[in-house]
Amino acid sequence: MEGFTALYIFMLAAFTGYEVISRVPVILHTPLMSGSNFVHGVVLVGAMIALGHADPNDPLQLLIGFVAVFLGAANAAGGYIVTERMLGMFKAGGKNKKNEGGAK
Amino acid sequence: MNWFVSMAYFLVTIAFIFGLKAMSSPVTARRGIVWAGFAMIAATVVTFFVSDLHNIGLMVLAIVLGGGVAWWSGKTVKMTDMPQMVAIYNGMGGGAAAGIAAIELVRGVDHSAMVSTLMVLGAIIGSVAFSGSCVAFAKLQGLMNKAIRLPQQNSINFFLTLITFGLGLTIGYSDDPSGFGIFLFFVLALALGVVLVLPIGGADMPVVISLLNAFTGLAVGFKGFVLGVPMLIVAGIVVGASGMLLTQLMAKAMNRPIRNIIFTPLSGAAVEGSG
Repeated sequence: MEGFTALYIFMLAAFTGYEVISRVPVILHTPLMSGSNFVHGVVLVGAMIALGHADPNDPLQLLIGFVAVFLGAANAAGGYIVTERMLGMFKAGGKNKKNEGGAK
Repeated sequence: MNWFVSMAYFLVTIAFIFGLKAMSSPVTARRGIVWAGFAMIAATVVTFFVSDLHNIGLMVLAIVLGGGVAWWSGKTVKMTDMPQMVAIYNGMGGGAAAGIAAIELVRGVDHSAMVSTLMVLGAIIGSVAFSGSCVAFAKLQGLMNKAIRLPQQNSINFFLTLITFGLGLTIGYSDDPSGFGIFLFFVLALALGVVLVLPIGGADMPVVISLLNAFTGLAVGFKGFVLGVPMLIVAGIVVGASGMLLTQLMAKAMNRPIRNIIFTPLSGAAVEGSG
């Protein structure tokens, strides 16, 4: 990708990220952290492409690729289920604010 | 990348942004994660249509195993243990980003100077997120109760960062990097993550996890530049930026500036506070 195009994409995406969540209430901090943790699970796609381009005759590349895809898939699946469970409590419990983390 | 895949990735990216937007309001939060979930499934399925991919069998096996293990552990974990699960899944994402860099380095693909730099940066940030999250997980899980503070902590952090970055650039720019150099680079980057998170007490962990989450987002974005996949760039950077903001908001909610948490932890007090 051309240098400056890349830079513009970077800047616009950064502004988008900042704006999108700028009005989040405190109660949603942890679920949103978990939700954005899920969204970067899209690294799975990158890992799949990297493994797909690895040399099938080089066990080292295959091993790293396998681990990367495994970790990426775990990030996506785990991130989803944890976020879903956290947000499920909002629906069921109403005001049941289980904002965890040991932090006050 | 063919037209169909590119179009699908584009739509997925939009769904991710709307999903995050929805997740930042209590009324729509649930809808947001479901949208993002469908988008993720679509992205994964569509990726199988990318031309000239090898090792499909291995890929499917890794997805089923990784996804299955994480799904099961996420489903069965107690509600109070959620934060460390977020930490460990986040670390896995960072590990995946570092793994992508490792493959590219081992393959010795020729990249432009900018892409090489971003690859090295992404590898360092991803590794830091991985090992840092593992330490955060261990602390919250109660496997590691002490906040360990090395003497001269800040200078160690600084020099370790400098050495890791220098070695990374040397490897990134060389045409045929040695295997040992690559190995040492990743060991140093992982050590950096451990050293950064070790001195931080359990009470500050949510903020640190959020910071590491933002790091992983950035690393994923950088991998997008390396692999030439705009979806990864946008999704990663959006998470990186929103994660940084979220970290600031969380630190503010705790009345502690981020700089305090990372560089001058209240070691003893913070640990006891966490219970």
